[in-house]
Amino acid sequence: MAKVLILGATSPIARILAMRFAQDGATLYLGARDAGEAAKIASDISVRTGAVALSGAFDAADFAAHEEFIRRAAAAMGGLDGVVLCFGTLGDEDAAQIDPAAALATLHQNFTGAVSLMTIAARRLEEHQRGFMIVIGSVAGDRGRARNYVYGAAKGGLHTFTQGLRGRLARAGVRVMTVKLGTVDTRMTWGREGTTLTVSPEKAANAVYAAYLRKAEVVYVPWFWRPIMGIVTLIPERLFKRTSF
Amino acid sequence: MNAAANQISTSPSVLARPKRAKLCGWGRYPALECDLYRPEKLSELAAIVESNSTSLIARGAGRAYGDAAVNADNRVVDVTRLDRMISFDPESATLRAEAGVTLAEIIDVFLPRGFFPPVVPGTRYVTLGGSIAADIHGKSHHRDSSLAAHVASFALMLASGEIRRCSREDNSDLFWGSVGAMGLTGVILEVELKLRRIESAWLEGELIRAPNLDSALEAFERTDGEYGNSVAWIDCASAKGRLGRSILNVANFARRDSLPPAMRQEPFAVAPKFRPAVPFDLPNFALSPLTVRAFNGVIYAMHRGSAERVRFDYQSFFFPLDSIHDWNRIYGKRGFVQYQCVWPEAESRAGLIEILEAISASRRGSFLTVLKKFGAQDGMLSFPMPGYTLALDFPVADGLLEFLDRLDAMVLKRGGRVYLAKDARMRAETFRAMYPNLPRWRQVKASVDPNNRFSSSLARRIGMLPA
Repeated sequence: MAKVLILGATSPIARILAMRFAQDGATLYLGARDAGEAAKIASDISVRTGAVALSGAFDAADFAAHEEFIRRAAAAMGGLDGVVLCFGTLGDEDAAQIDPAAALATLHQNFTGAVSLMTIAARRLEEHQRGFMIVIGSVAGDRGRARNYVYGAAKGGLHTFTQGLRGRLARAGVRVMTVKLGTVDTRMTWGREGTTLTVSPEKAANAVYAAYLRKAEVVYVPWFWRPIMGIVTLIPERLFKRTSF
Repeated sequence: MNAAANQISTSPSVLARPKRAKLCGWGRYPALECDLYRPEKLSELAAIVESNSTSLIARGAGRAYGDAAVNADNRVVDVTRLDRMISFDPESATLRAEAGVTLAEIIDVFLPRGFFPPVVPGTRYVTLGGSIAADIHGKSHHRDSSLAAHVASFALMLASGEIRRCSREDNSDLFWGSVGAMGLTGVILEVELKLRRIESAWLEGELIRAPNLDSALEAFERTDGEYGNSVAWIDCASAKGRLGRSILNVANFARRDSLPPAMRQEPFAVAPKFRPAVPFDLPNFALSPLTVRAFNGVIYAMHRGSAERVRFDYQSFFFPLDSIHDWNRIYGKRGFVQYQCVWPEAESRAGLIEILEAISASRRGSFLTVLKKFGAQDGMLSFPMPGYTLALDFPVADGLLEFLDRLDAMVLKRGGRVYLAKDARMRAETFRAMYPNLPRWRQVKASVDPNNRFSSSLARRIGMLPA
């Protein structure tokens, strides 16, 4: 029976992913900034599946509290077998491009906060020589675009960090999967202009879970983002810097 | 809800963006532009409600036929993502769940455990919140009343953002003022609902062929005590001696030991129904009076014997239309108008004859005509009353609106009324006359929403709001 920590549990994708784990018999600990919401999601999973689902509050930007949070979650579950990182926010990109404090906030929410938590979790999993991590990133991290480079940088950094961690933890029998998510129909993109190729959280979460089951390393969700980003990353800089997407 | 925290504090950064969307009801008429919000957290919903200084209405699954969950050039908040089940107590069969949870989800989760929603309408794809706001009824109304009878309490977010727990004991005026009030008192958050215990996913009963209306009414009366579920499908293309010829369907949930031995092992196992989708809109001529007449005749002829004992799985009995995904596309680009009315018991026979004759003479062909006997119930703005209810749907065509106004007059003069959850065109003066509790309801509304911050296209059209 796997003991899985879900970070960013109020994301619709995380919630459905948690449900999949629960349906397959996992015990869950759901972490989110909004403890009340996390508790409701945990109750929902318990009522629907009969699984044990606990919850607690954490803040990606509150680095000092991360060690204690992970310790508490692992203690509550009686162990830690897997960690799913599904938090992040587009934030206010316009502000982030002008105000360094806003830029740093975006980085903490999407990158450095994850780095802190992953470093702590990695130690635990490495000690026990088993387990997994699933890190939800974004296609925005594949190339810096004028429109959203602060967010993109955060995710890009996260991808590289995760990639290296994958190599280190492979020696300990721990799997680390990177998910590069395209546009999903959630509050992040609701009412936002210029969102295309949007997919439902159900489809996205099911694709992530399927990839986890087949032990993938790096997946694009949905799959068609792989060829799209493949092309996008090949466009010469001289041309790309002039585009508006 | 935590009684001490009956206001949710919000941080300014939480306020969400709306999306401009053209919204309609299940009848696809009218379709109006609205600013649609879709919060994923309670705090987001609170921010939307508190920051609203114009007009807002909540929207669930959007299965009301008309403009109840539409707010032209104003705000609509889609609450379907607030859909968590909070707790279930098998001893008392009580489920606490957020208003966005659908009856379909309740069935998926609890049918295998031997529980079923206490009242179900013609579709399972409705939210708990919407079901209370419309005070839904089903084939069991003559015995089980409407959904409100099985709701122990619900939490309601008022225009100020304050949350009040409403039950028969606490804030009971607000409880009854919200039941059937189409979302106009506030946003329903969490609901406490008593489920029904069942022994199997099957129903056993009879199909009774009635050659005319009197025969159908007699069959309803005769089976009233024996069967917990009853409904009749009427061939409204028939006239004169065959006026109101129909097929009555009556049934009870099957007890486990009355099932055949093979099924007794897994009494809740029902194969998922094949759900063909209607991928395109049928052209308007597909529903000419002749086609409807032919369809009605075919269905009637399919049932040979005058009374047959049958067993149904719950999906076929309760939700036959759900198995056709997006079945409302059958009605073509111009949409259709659903009409449902009820007469008091003493007027029902005369009222039914009058309406059926008018429809037959108009050659307007209701595709699906359903007759049901209602029992008694409580409620300020609830639709059902003891008597008979008739549900019809007409394709939108020239002269239809005037025709329906004529039907309104026929129903009204006999002391009957029309169902708001199905209405897309009723006039304000008709509504006022049909719902004598309106002044009392307006007092409740004014006490919690003096500035009419909760309002909808329906509310404005039929003049529900206090001045």
